[in-house]
Amino acid sequence: MNRPKVQKYVKPKHIDDYPVGPQFTAGFLAETNAGWRTFRPIIDKNVCINCLRCYIVCPDGVIFKSENKVDVDYDYCKGCGVCAHECPVNAIKMVKEELL
Amino acid sequence: MSNKKLFISGDEAVAIGAKLSRPNVISAYPITPQTVTVERLSEMVESGELNAEYMHVESEHSAMSAAMGVSAVGARAFTATSSQGLLYMAEGLHYASGGRYPIVMMNANRSLALPWSIYGDQRDSLSLLDSGWIQVYVEDAQEALDMIIQAYKIAENKDILTPFMVNLDGFVLTHTYELVEIPEQEKVDEFLPPFQTPNKMSFEEPKNMAFSTTPADNLEYKYQQNRAMFNSISVINDVDKEFGDKFERYYGGMVQEYRCDDAEVVMLTLGSITGTVRMIVDKLRGEGKKVGLLKIRYMRPFPEKEIIKLAEKVKAVGVVEKDISFGYEGTVFTNVNSALSKIDNAPLSLNFLCGMGGRDVSKSDIYNMFISLFKAADGEKQKRIQFINMGVETDE
Repeated sequence: MNRPKVQKYVKPKHIDDYPVGPQFTAGFLAETNAGWRTFRPIIDKNVCINCLRCYIVCPDGVIFKSENKVDVDYDYCKGCGVCAHECPVNAIKMVKEELL
Repeated sequence: MSNKKLFISGDEAVAIGAKLSRPNVISAYPITPQTVTVERLSEMVESGELNAEYMHVESEHSAMSAAMGVSAVGARAFTATSSQGLLYMAEGLHYASGGRYPIVMMNANRSLALPWSIYGDQRDSLSLLDSGWIQVYVEDAQEALDMIIQAYKIAENKDILTPFMVNLDGFVLTHTYELVEIPEQEKVDEFLPPFQTPNKMSFEEPKNMAFSTTPADNLEYKYQQNRAMFNSISVINDVDKEFGDKFERYYGGMVQEYRCDDAEVVMLTLGSITGTVRMIVDKLRGEGKKVGLLKIRYMRPFPEKEIIKLAEKVKAVGVVEKDISFGYEGTVFTNVNSALSKIDNAPLSLNFLCGMGGRDVSKSDIYNMFISLFKAADGEKQKRIQFINMGVETDE
């Protein structure tokens, strides 16, 4: 459940610095992908019971754990709202991005 | 002590070559005229003679997909196909070369439908020249066996990492029997160490494999593939020498010249027809005619340098091939002419299209091709593209 960090991609200067074929160290995230999110899920950590249902149902795998609490990786969350819909204690609210 | 020899078919020779190369997994779907190869390999796995996994896949597309998976975990993959099967795995061919998976595959050259035909010609593999695979064409069963072993050595070289297709003419080679010398396993093991690559799935060093690229990076990967293919030329020649030093059979690397020294007219060949042309070269030499033969062994990478070096000295070049690219000419001829275009005062060239769909090519056919070349060299007008052994009038 650890979140890989987004790293800045620097295009290699020389062809020899490219990997041989399209294979590279796993977990190297170069781009974010959340531009079309309209509603942002916000978890109320005081209400959350850590059941991890949101982690299981998230279609994009963007729920992660930080200091023993679940959190959302907003670099990749598309705002579908499945987590908020499935949360058994209504700890997740969908808030319009413009209002934030 | 003389080496062990067996009286076997080309298909069986390929199976033994594959066995000696110790593949970890064989994924293949049977198709005429390749079937005997995969039957023998599955028998070897069943009996324990070959310690490998044999995957009975449901199609050629799956055979190639499985071979990529095998290669991606750092294991040695072997597959074999022919004709329609090769075309069915065409998507996978590009995928494997782009992924830099050094898979070795035998292709039994067979014509393409329609009309449906199981007989031999070279239109299957030549139609996939651009798939990024190294392509070698062999002349006999011994060369087929030897080239499977060499293929792994070349494909798995860290500067190459490119899949390798060993082509042998359907039936003419796959189903005829020859005395073939079988290399000792111990010597093959010395020649061909186990496959090693950092480019593999592993828990110690997890990789994101076979990923996509944006236009910002795609060209660089294609450039690398092209560079690897060019790098393979020197490796092909080196491996041929190393193999020859160890097993006492040299094939010449990219090409093999025969009686070309003072030749005025040379025939360029691909595959098993080389043997027939060699006999006719001997016959014409006996008549005092200055003829030679250049056996094109590799179509990719293409032996441009070798062809130019020879063509600079001759008056006329013939290209005999079991292929046609409809609406133009033979594909080998197109490639050869591209090389000739780089010579000042290039020799004239003629294309002899023959053997398609298994049509017989006789010694007298080859003899007549040489006669046509001599006439052309003497200034007598000859048809540039000649269909050999047409059974009917065409009004052309």
